[in-house]
Amino acid sequence: MSTDRRALILMSPAILWLLALMVVPCVLILVLAFFQRGIYGGIEYTWTLENLALVFDPLYFKIFLKSAGIAGLSAGIACVLGYAAAYAIAAMPRRNQPLLLFFAVLPFWSNYLVRTYAWIVLLNREGLIVNLARWIGYQGELPSMLYTEQAVVIGLVYNYLPFVILSCYAPLSRLNPEITEVSRDLGASAWTTFRRVTLPMTVPGIATGFVFVFVLSIGNFVTPALLGGGQFQMIGNLVYAQFLTANDWPFGAALSMVLIAVMLGLLMAQATVAERAAGMKKDQGNG
Amino acid sequence: MAERNTFRLMLLILGVVFAFLYIPISVLVGLSFNEGGLPTAWTGFSFKWYGALLENDDILGAAANTVVVAICSTILSTFLGTFLAVGVEIRRRNGKWLETVIFAPMIIPDIVLAIALLSFFSLLGAKMGLHTIIVSHVVFNLAFVCAVVRARLKSFDWSIVEASADLGASTITTLYRVMVPVLTPAIVAGALLAFTLSVDEFIIAFFTAGAGRSSITLPMQIYAMIRFGVTPEINALASIVMTVSVICLALSQRLNKGGLSG
Amino acid sequence: MSRLSPRSSVCAIVALAAFSAPAFAEPLTVSNWDGYMAADTIDAFNTASGNQAELVLHATNEEIMGKLIAAKGVGYDVVFVSSPFAEVLNNLGLAETLDHAKIPNIANLYSEATELPHDPGNSFSLPYAWGTTGLCYRSDLVDTPTSWGDLLAPEADVAGKTTMLATDRWLLAAGQLQLGYSVNETDPDKMAEVRDLLIEAKKSLLAYDDTTFYAKLVSGEAELVHAWDGWCNYGIGENADIKYMIPEEGSDLWVDTMVILKASENKDAAYDFVNFILDADNHRWAAENILYKVPNKAAMDGVDAGLIETFPNMGMAPADMLKFEQMRDVGAAQRDYSRLVSEIKAAN
Repeated sequence: MSTDRRALILMSPAILWLLALMVVPCVLILVLAFFQRGIYGGIEYTWTLENLALVFDPLYFKIFLKSAGIAGLSAGIACVLGYAAAYAIAAMPRRNQPLLLFFAVLPFWSNYLVRTYAWIVLLNREGLIVNLARWIGYQGELPSMLYTEQAVVIGLVYNYLPFVILSCYAPLSRLNPEITEVSRDLGASAWTTFRRVTLPMTVPGIATGFVFVFVLSIGNFVTPALLGGGQFQMIGNLVYAQFLTANDWPFGAALSMVLIAVMLGLLMAQATVAERAAGMKKDQGNG
Repeated sequence: MAERNTFRLMLLILGVVFAFLYIPISVLVGLSFNEGGLPTAWTGFSFKWYGALLENDDILGAAANTVVVAICSTILSTFLGTFLAVGVEIRRRNGKWLETVIFAPMIIPDIVLAIALLSFFSLLGAKMGLHTIIVSHVVFNLAFVCAVVRARLKSFDWSIVEASADLGASTITTLYRVMVPVLTPAIVAGALLAFTLSVDEFIIAFFTAGAGRSSITLPMQIYAMIRFGVTPEINALASIVMTVSVICLALSQRLNKGGLSG
Repeated sequence: MSRLSPRSSVCAIVALAAFSAPAFAEPLTVSNWDGYMAADTIDAFNTASGNQAELVLHATNEEIMGKLIAAKGVGYDVVFVSSPFAEVLNNLGLAETLDHAKIPNIANLYSEATELPHDPGNSFSLPYAWGTTGLCYRSDLVDTPTSWGDLLAPEADVAGKTTMLATDRWLLAAGQLQLGYSVNETDPDKMAEVRDLLIEAKKSLLAYDDTTFYAKLVSGEAELVHAWDGWCNYGIGENADIKYMIPEEGSDLWVDTMVILKASENKDAAYDFVNFILDADNHRWAAENILYKVPNKAAMDGVDAGLIETFPNMGMAPADMLKFEQMRDVGAAQRDYSRLVSEIKAAN
């Protein structure tokens, strides 16, 4: 038997599993998006483009932009913080780095709901932060920090920061220290060296982190529901609502399609960034 | 001089980031031992909320369901994922579509996979319950197991396999005698990772669960507790869930140095 | 190698087997809101009837409706939903037409409760609890409210400390009532007015909250909240300064009902269950535990007088409640309602 056939037999159970329980359901969603919704929910099997058109209806498009804004802001903040942390870890003595990285990533593996809930405890008007402020002697009345857009952003940044640290650390740790030294020897300042040499070479890590946080945030429904007090809708909440409250599955499917399209677009952009950076690295290696 | 200042700045950044990462969860753990249970006042150290957990049938039931889901999906995905990894690595050329299908479960937004599976199961007319959660969890778990095992296989010396085959060993024997021992740490690491993911997974479980209490998992229970008014028990529950995940992950990392570290 | 493929087919068979419906008997599945029955009700029913009932919880009407429609009612035997949703279940043909001979305790209901507009004669639904929607507030922190306007455009010192119900119908009803419209109004222009009013109200809102508003009152996070009367009672129970009132513009009359699913495979047990609930003692026990009024005369007559003194809204007479309009199923207009609520929630 040829190696390839052996390989296929080994792979087939998993591939079949993925085909049956991922590919087929996702294709089903694509098809569902073109059916009509029944008056009380449910699906009527008549073709229509209505659902896709509805995605670009001003109302839903606005929600889309808004959630892209929140997701973008969260991803941006997470990237700044995550990059700084990764840079700092990479600047520590080599033998300490794995441990630091491990502890930076550890919270990521505790339960997502628990991590979000922790912020309810901290931020609510009678919560820990307000009580601390009172204890210090602050007299005035503080506005609620919970149920705001900021609370949603904090929650998203908090939950996804470890991943950004991880994705930024990888290229930083691989960076050849000689390159930066050469740059310094040639008279460039530390800042110029960082800006012209280190940063461009580590862009793929940042791009990966950004895309990841953005995609997970825009599709998130838990954080806006728990920290946003129901006042902020992300695409995730809208999809959730179509399936669990409005019972408009075809429209929910159409929204998911757009979500997948955005995700694929971003992943392609990220791959391009990575390829360019790889090209640049080669140039520098040769030069 | 400048170097030392830079180093101090780096330490400061690390301090701030680690404080941001650890203060919120530490507060929860601290509160779980607070006799009064409220964040407003420390009224004394107590295990009372942990005791209360043991008497809460809903939570115990949900915990049992979670263990069933996590164990079953881990076993299934460990087999499927390991076979897949070995298959992919011994195959000489893998098309782009194949890599995409294997990679997709790790990046597809949970909500999309969740509604896709919900639609799929309900159109099939399948009765939903723990079994639907299990088979759904296997989808992403097998991808993670596969990634961990593949990382290990990259540095695998294939000449051993060839040698084994040359000596007349059957494929099964080769797999069992040669590859399994070498791959065991990675397989166990992958399994632990899958177990952790499955224990914590909420969205897909929420959508693919059946009607009864019999398919409520711990994350679903926690979500309900947060939404329906919080009792201090949740701090104790959160602390336990966190500890379990952290232990599994720490073990997984130890077994799988240099592999998929996230 | 060839010896391996049978193994993988075994894997596939195991996976397929997991899908097929289990053969063993399922318990009677009852879905209700969390905390909307006495904690021991299911056990008491199981002991009394020898059935194996289990309770599952839904967070909202919409959530359980979504699951019921998706599964065509399979998997559930008795569900507790608000009356407009019971109408939907009936219109979809998912609700069992009730055989009154199997529910002798129906005689315990107030006569008003057997002629409710959504289902005169209780052909597909049985009222479980009823009441009004109004304002629940901290009388030690805010002036006594009089109008829906006190919630929608609160005084400066209350702004940021109000919550509104998140469920489509009740959220909209606050605006409909304030503007003097029917709680079933569907006219686009009038509803646009309602939407604009509610978008304006959002500026002074702490959160939309269906489930923990009374806890927010108790902790002081909120001071004036949009509430169902019975749920306000949970707050009153913890802090006697919390009070409930119906704004001068009126309220809706909400009725939460029990519906038996046509697809139920345990219909006899389901009938047993609803009859068990309507028993005077059991229904009284429910009322005393959940602090909601129940439409059961025999049960309400037995409710402890002290309880009604503590929770005055428990004493409201059925005739007074019936002055308010009941929410009805609005059919296709529900989609417009959903859209309006999306517009409100997306506004900032």
